[in-house]
Amino acid sequence: MITAALIFAFACFGIGALFCLWRIILGPDSADRVLALDTMVINMIGTLVLYGIWQGTAVYFEASMLIAMVGFVSTVAYCRFILRGDIIE
Amino acid sequence: MPDIAELLITIFIVLGGAFGLIGSFGLIKLRDTMQRLHGPTKAVTLGIGSVLIASMIYSYAIEGHFSFHEFLITLFMFLTAPITANFIAKAYITRKVAKRELPETGSDYGWSIYDDPPIVENEEQT
Repeated sequence: MITAALIFAFACFGIGALFCLWRIILGPDSADRVLALDTMVINMIGTLVLYGIWQGTAVYFEASMLIAMVGFVSTVAYCRFILRGDIIE
Repeated sequence: MPDIAELLITIFIVLGGAFGLIGSFGLIKLRDTMQRLHGPTKAVTLGIGSVLIASMIYSYAIEGHFSFHEFLITLFMFLTAPITANFIAKAYITRKVAKRELPETGSDYGWSIYDDPPIVENEEQT
């Protein structure tokens, strides 16, 4: 039962990442692209946590924690760049 | 593994996947950038929280004690999602919305991206 739910959730997050890719390609503004990249990072975190459940190990939590931190910092850096034209003033 | 734990894990995983898919679908369905901010920042974050609850129940059912890694990730996601939403909204306003299109702020100071911050006399700094 858990295996079927895992396959369903993998498919959901994968299709969600494809939607984000669609918005990255077609996004009319750079704010849309940054938003889609942030959503893609969140989808990948979900996929990693699900993969950890699938494999039954706790190794992937550190990886998803690191990806969450790097995703947040990169989103803020992109937005700072759009806002101010510079990341660290 | 007891049946009730398996049922709970399944429910939370399916809920998380559904919320993630709905939030990402909102990214291509909604029309405006400000509307599109709602999908990822709320629905996808809720989906991730649901998946992490499922993972907590799973590790409790397998090993017999709670692991706090999931709790850390949940806390981090729920803290950073509003900040990224605020930053993206500010970036969009800077690029696309003129100052005269914005409504009044209702206070003494204007919008932070167009007006300077209020000057406060810092008395403690001596």
